[in-house]
Amino acid sequence: MQLWLIPLLPLAGFLINGVFGRRFSKGLVNSVAIGSVALSFAWVLKTIFALGALAGVYREHYFTWIRSGVVNIGCDFGVDRLTIVMLLVVTGVGALIHIYSIGYMAHEGGYYRFFAFLNLFMFFMLVLVLASNYLVMFVGWEGVGLCSYLLIGFYFDKKFATDAGNKAFIVNRIGDFGFSLAMFYMVKNFGSLDFATVFKQAPGAPEATLTVIGLLLMLGACGKSAQLPLYVWLPDAMAGPTPVSALIHAATMVTAGVYMTARSWTIYTHAPAAMNAIAVIGLATAFFAATIGLAQNDIKKVFAYSTVSQLGYMFLGVGCGAFSAGIYHLVTHAFFKALLFLGAGSVIHALSGEQDLRNMGGLRKKIPWTYATMVCAAVAIAGLPPFSGFFSKDAILVAAYQHAPWMYWLGTLTAGMTAFYVFRAIFLAFFGEYRGDKHAHESPPVMLIPLAILALLSLAGGFLFKVPQFLAPIFPALEAPENPALVAISVVAGVLGIALAWLMYGAKPALADSFAASMNGLYTLVYNKYFVDEIYGATVVDPLVGGSRVVLWKGVDAGLIDGTANGVAARARNLGSLLRLMQSGNIRSYATWVLFGSVLLIVAMGIAGGLR
Amino acid sequence: MTDVPVPISWFLTLSAILFVLGVAGFVFRRSVITVFMSIELMLNAVNLSFVTFSYQLKQVNGHLFAFFVMVVAAAEAAVGLAIILTVFKNRETLNIDDVDSMKN
Amino acid sequence: MTLAIFLIFAVIAVVCAINVVVQTHPISSAISLVGVMGSLAVLYLQLGAEFIAAAQVIVYAGAIMVLFVFVIMLLNAGAEVKHGRSLTAQLLGAPLLVALLGLLAYFVQRLYPRGASVLFGGFRHGTPLDIGRALFTTYLLPFEATSILILIGIVGAIVLARKEMD
Repeated sequence: MQLWLIPLLPLAGFLINGVFGRRFSKGLVNSVAIGSVALSFAWVLKTIFALGALAGVYREHYFTWIRSGVVNIGCDFGVDRLTIVMLLVVTGVGALIHIYSIGYMAHEGGYYRFFAFLNLFMFFMLVLVLASNYLVMFVGWEGVGLCSYLLIGFYFDKKFATDAGNKAFIVNRIGDFGFSLAMFYMVKNFGSLDFATVFKQAPGAPEATLTVIGLLLMLGACGKSAQLPLYVWLPDAMAGPTPVSALIHAATMVTAGVYMTARSWTIYTHAPAAMNAIAVIGLATAFFAATIGLAQNDIKKVFAYSTVSQLGYMFLGVGCGAFSAGIYHLVTHAFFKALLFLGAGSVIHALSGEQDLRNMGGLRKKIPWTYATMVCAAVAIAGLPPFSGFFSKDAILVAAYQHAPWMYWLGTLTAGMTAFYVFRAIFLAFFGEYRGDKHAHESPPVMLIPLAILALLSLAGGFLFKVPQFLAPIFPALEAPENPALVAISVVAGVLGIALAWLMYGAKPALADSFAASMNGLYTLVYNKYFVDEIYGATVVDPLVGGSRVVLWKGVDAGLIDGTANGVAARARNLGSLLRLMQSGNIRSYATWVLFGSVLLIVAMGIAGGLR
Repeated sequence: MTDVPVPISWFLTLSAILFVLGVAGFVFRRSVITVFMSIELMLNAVNLSFVTFSYQLKQVNGHLFAFFVMVVAAAEAAVGLAIILTVFKNRETLNIDDVDSMKN
Repeated sequence: MTLAIFLIFAVIAVVCAINVVVQTHPISSAISLVGVMGSLAVLYLQLGAEFIAAAQVIVYAGAIMVLFVFVIMLLNAGAEVKHGRSLTAQLLGAPLLVALLGLLAYFVQRLYPRGASVLFGGFRHGTPLDIGRALFTTYLLPFEATSILILIGIVGAIVLARKEMD
């Protein structure tokens, strides 16, 4: 089946564009980049048709990577239904975003570098998804983190961009630490990192072991998928170009944590404590991020917090045992969140770089196509039937109610907030009077066509892709009786959110300001993201940097190591100066030294018994 | 009168005393010619030692050694004094403390 | 008799040796050295080394010391002027010399406790005949080598001490 072609085509694109791209014309760079992704997508389709109605796993083994003691890790790719879903999302949405980028990045510098990094990201993400053991997955995991860093810091001449890239990478590393520990623990307990081997042995392992592994993997997922407490990098990651935000921080990379958790369902179903922890953290993150999103003024920041919140929903889903629901939401979220970001990019492009909602307004007449597609995304994310978001969110909330009713209520409240802040952004940007001073122009077709396709998918995705049924053979069944009341309540919450947003931002704009003024303390807290970054800075970053500077740099490196090296040299020099005094040029002193030596010799001979 | 023999160790002790006196001259004197003469003194002391051992072992080899020492000492004295002459020509001094261009 | 002669000439040798070291003017040292060599020649005779005794007087006292005296006269060496110093020699010299003498004396005493003694006439094989026999059989190679050595010495001395050709 040649599964290796799927990731290798984008890698080839990266290599060609990376090495020769400087000399290529824009058209050639485009062709290479988009061609490789499109070919990869085509190959995915071919693989799907060739595999037919795959119920189990199709594996390909390429070579043995590590063989040491009991551990035998090969470079293996595997495809099952979950992989197929992920492959389609990654290559499909990825291809659309590549096409969009042609228009968005047309006036930016570093054109070939952007597409090279984008292709490299596709390669790593596909490796992650196709992996058949945890170590190969980790290679992809780390690789997407690297590409995220490269792409967030794409405008490397801007300090806030490079700082954001650093932050993303470092916070991800903390999560990767958890992932690594989980892998070590797995090797210790199961003797293998292969999915098949681990999942066969997991049911028989003690629950404590599985809980530890589950929690450690969850730490990794928190880092990569921006959950509490490691979500802080994602809002800052908006410093990168908007297509990057769409692809990496909405549709694909951040979902890696969800995918990994779903893939490890065998471990989690036998470690209920860990699963509960995931659900709680997911829900808390969803609620927390939604509250922050209510008060943000940068359009991309609103959507960033929205992403964190929606990822929380996915984790809530898998944490409550509804694995297919979580993956379903992953798919629909990829559609509408990518669309929201690309739409935001289109708005920003139209206004030549303006990102503050307070300087927008009335744009629906000026950029109608962008407006139309964004509304499609907004109704999808708000969970209104019969659009795609409704189906996926509904599945999660029902499972949450099954798990613990309070989770359902909090989740529904968050859904209401989600609808509110998304439509707040829509109303502020597209309705009312234009508050800015730029001349808005509609985006070129190369940007609008992907928007249109994604809008279609956002609206009809629920009907086109029956993800839970497709994934049913893989995951354990969840007994979740259909409860129409629950469904109705969540829809009402969404509608209420939209209505409130219309009231505050569409009909009576002054209401928003007076409301904010009346709850000034709370508003400041939320607007400043609960000062989490500042708290982290003071408690973690500053002591660490200070400690490194004082102890490790000045103390150990300059003092101890340099001191030792310099000290040895200084001692040698001192000894040399001392010995040099013997070379006085004076014959009599030489003679005296000879005398000294001969006396010593006689004594030594006498002691050693040479003189009998 | 009976012939009172002399213990051999006395000869060797005398040789040691003469040798040490020669070293003393080498270490403490500053005139280069005196230093040379101290060297000759040392060589003589050694010769006495050789001849004494030759007597003790009742062999003539010690005498031969002493003979060769004498020959070499003669050659050495000749060349050494020539060197002293050259140094004196160049440095105008017979004080070996002043001949220290190998200092440091 | 042997003892008496030994003691007399040993004392003379030591006194002259001390004089060599102590005198300031080189010529006095040279004369004292001649005295040392003479007494040593008598001691050689006591030890039965006739040839060596004769060679001592002829070669050492007669040729080498004469050479020394010529050079002293040539250089017009005067009494030694004390300037320049060597800290090492001053500090370490005396103790080391005492140590050396002590060690040598000690070891000599330890190795010869019994009554090995010298009597005049106790060794009769130091005649020129014996020397010559040994010299031209066992020690032929060193003999030839030393003759080359002497040749080199002659050439070297001439080269070093000649005046530059103008």
